[in-house]
Order: sequence, then C-alpha cells, then structure tokens
Amino acid sequence: MSQRRHFNLLARALHWSMAVAILAMLFIGAGMVASLRYREQLIDLHRPLGLAILLLAIVRLANRLRHAPPPLPADLPRLQKLAATLSHWLLYALMLAMPLIGWAMLSAGAYPVVLFDGVNLPPILPHSPALYGVLRPLHGVLAYLLFLVILGHLGAALFHAWVRRDGVFEQMAKGE
Amino acid sequence: MSIPKPRRGTLPTLLAIAAILLALALAFAWAGGWIGQRNLTPQTMVNTVEAGGSPHPGFRRAHSKGICIVGSFAPAPAAARLSTARVFTQASTPVLGRFSNPGNDPYAPDNKAAVRGMALQLKTDDGQEWRMAMNSFPFFAAATPEGFQAMNAAKLPDPATGKPDPEKMKAVLARHPEIARFMAWSKNAQTPDSLANTRFNGVNAFRLTDAGGTVRTVRWSMRPHTPFVAADPEQLKTADRDYLAADLDRRLAAGPLQWDLVMQFAAPGDPIEDPSQAWPDTRPETTAGTLTLVRAEPQVKGPCLDLNFDPLILPKGISGTDDPVLHARSSVYSVSFNRREREISQGNAKDGSKP
Repeated sequence: MSQRRHFNLLARALHWSMAVAILAMLFIGAGMVASLRYREQLIDLHRPLGLAILLLAIVRLANRLRHAPPPLPADLPRLQKLAATLSHWLLYALMLAMPLIGWAMLSAGAYPVVLFDGVNLPPILPHSPALYGVLRPLHGVLAYLLFLVILGHLGAALFHAWVRRDGVFEQMAKGE
Repeated sequence: MSIPKPRRGTLPTLLAIAAILLALALAFAWAGGWIGQRNLTPQTMVNTVEAGGSPHPGFRRAHSKGICIVGSFAPAPAAARLSTARVFTQASTPVLGRFSNPGNDPYAPDNKAAVRGMALQLKTDDGQEWRMAMNSFPFFAAATPEGFQAMNAAKLPDPATGKPDPEKMKAVLARHPEIARFMAWSKNAQTPDSLANTRFNGVNAFRLTDAGGTVRTVRWSMRPHTPFVAADPEQLKTADRDYLAADLDRRLAAGPLQWDLVMQFAAPGDPIEDPSQAWPDTRPETTAGTLTLVRAEPQVKGPCLDLNFDPLILPKGISGTDDPVLHARSSVYSVSFNRREREISQGNAKDGSKP
C-alpha cells in the first residue's frame, strides 16, 4: 500500500489561506483593543474574517477526517511526534473555538453581531453580563495561546525544512 | 524517507529560526500595545478616570450614576428622505435608554451634577441597532482625545498635596485652549431643574445616507417638549441626593415625556471632526422624529446598566465621521464595559445598595 506523501490540494489551499487569515486576525484583534482611533475599522474586518475562518475551519476539519495526513518520519523522536499531534489538534480546537467564543461573547454582551453594514448574525447566547465577563477575557487569553501555538508550529516547520530536511515541510508546501 | 544527514551550520540555522519567531512575536507585542512608543490607548484613558475616584465594581467608569428609561421613537415624515435607516420608516421603534450624571460615583448627589447624559438604544424590526450617547453640554471639552486625557490627568490630586496642581492645568490649557472655552461655558451655564426639560446633544458629527446615495453630515440633539426651567441655586443646596429620579418619576406618573430628535446640517467649512466647536445656530435643521419616554427604573435593577451605549453602534444608513473623539469614545466605553462586566462575573459588584 502506498501512502500519500503530501497533504491533498484542498488541505494545502486551506492551510496556507488560513495561515494568512489567522495571522492577520490575531494582529487585527491585538491592534483593535489598544487603538483609540481605528477600533471601528478593525472590528469591521475582524467579524467577517472571524466567520470566514470558522467556516473554513469546519471544511478543513471535515477534509482532515476524511483524508489521513501523510505520516511523520519514522525516525522522529516520540516526544516530537506527540508534540506535533497535540499541537495540531490544539490548532484545530482554537480555530473553531475562537470565532464561536467571539460570537458568543458579543451575544452575551447584548452587542449586535454585525457582519457587514446592514447584515447581522443572530445571537447565540442570551444577554448575560456574567457570561460576557468570562467570555471576553477568555477570547483574549486564547488569542495569545493561539499565537504561541502558531509560533511553535512555524518554528517546528522551519526546523523540519532547514535543519532536519526530512520532507515534513514539503508535505504541506508541495503537491504530488 | 531519507535519514537526515548530520549537517554543519545547524546552530546558525537554529538562530535564524529563533530570530524569525522573535521578530513575529515582537511585531505582535507592538500591535497589542505591549512595547514601543505608542500613542494614547483607551486603557490609559480609563486608568486615569479610575484614578480620580474610589472603585465601584460593576459600574461604568464614567457617568456611573444613572436611571434606566423606556419608551419609543416615532419618525417624522421628512426623516425617511434623509437616511435609509429603518428607524426612519418604521412607525414606532422601542427605545431602551439611560439618564446619567457625570463622574465615577454611582451614588453621587444630584445637586453636584452640572451636566447630564442621555443614552439610547433603538432596535428596529430588521435587526438593526442604533445606540446614542448624548450630553447636556452643547460642545465637547476637548478637540482631541489627547486634550481630554491631559485635562483628566491634570485634575488628579498631586500625591504631595492631595490636591490637583494648578500649574499642570495651566499647562494643559496653554496646549489645548479649547478646554478653557468649555470651562467658561460650564461656569456660566444654567442647570435645568429636571431631566425632563434638558436638551441632550450628540456633540459628535455623523453622516446620513439617503436612498439616492447622497450623504449629509449632521449633528443631532434631543430637544425637550417640556419648557426649560433653571434650577434655583438655593434650592439645589438642600436638594435630595436623588432628586432627579424622584422628579422624573413624578412627571412620568402624570404622563409621557417627549423630546424632538433634531438634525443640524453642516455647511461647507464647518468643523466636522472637532466636537469642541459648535456649528452656528443658523445652520438648517430638520426634526427627524420624536422620542416618547413612558417609564423609568433604578439602573441597578434596570436593563440599561449592562449595555454599552457605544456611539459607533449605528444602523445601515447612518455612519460615523473621522472625529477622533467619537472613535475614542467607542474604544474607551468598550474598555469600561469589559472591566465592569468582568467584575460582575467575578462576583465583585455590589448590589447597588448605598455605601
């Protein structure tokens, strides 16, 4: 049986487009809360981009469950294999959780969930100051966690590409 | 899979990877305001306001004292020609709102409050929302958030004397002369004896877009149907701590209270992005509708306490201008809201009983 040597085209397209979207999202989010002047403009980008990431993450998860990823090198130390597996599932969990928490916290804060001018999403939680008070800081903390996991992911990818040169980076960078 | 060959130069490669990660982390820290020379942040502004009084967990950092109000808005026929906002075509829109006193003490005596606020939330049947935060002053204290922040910082007590340092305020007025104009206004302005006869002003400019795409720049105000009566300074001295709420209840028991929403249109050259300058009274105006209030309730039990009346929550057909104070209000209210809701979720907020 021959195993796939690369991620499929859909997985690669989703990976690289979401890499750009999520990094942009993290910078927009961090800038938004500290800005006195551009909060409105940044929030107008943040919400539709967040929904796009949620939808793409669902497609990506379905694709990932249907198509097994190419195997990691046999000689990769067990600890690194474990770290790879755990960090990948943590990335999936955060990609899905962050937009949902954002949507939920706006709902709990009784904010209109404006997607575009004139287009709102329905609330997914009732107005609840206590819930908002938990979800809003959670959204911020998980954003920093997501950024750290992405840094680790990027560091590991570059380690595979430049130090180990074991083809792991090419699994996502190249096609068949 | 080929077994990786041992390589020379692994250390420089690892350093290069570390440098890439560090650069990304530093860029992120900069975007989030953690490092680098940054302009003023909303967090700093709220910190300064907090430093000016004792903490009141669960309450707004400014305009902490308030009363929830309930009513409706009915548009005037002319309004639908100004903006496509649904609020101007729907026969009647429910309104939830809040009257407020300035300062950060939710139990402050009413006779100390020279200015007052009116905030409103209008939700139309198409799911659109319009939130407003208006004030009884006709123009804002400062032209920029930086000026407002400098004024608030100068009002803080000096640690050495326990009183504000007059030299600091002098320096602020030299740099932001418009603040002196506001101070002169507040010294001479007559205080209305009731919330019912107070005019509330949007202060910042907004844009209305009509069905043809024409954009008009306006400032709005709520003008009371109840005739203005100035508060008697002698009576104010002995007035009850909550006399404004008692007066409001008394008046609402006798019947609804009304305000006209009046749009004032900018002329070419008018200062649109400077809320410290009123436009001349001669600018054309249109009444866009009427607000009718039917009920008031204490904010600790009311639905208005846990709403953020962010003036940039606007329906389709109404948008903000580039006025920096307007954008700063949106940012600062958000920080205040996040802090107080967090206090509530941690169980630190008091139940509203008087201290």
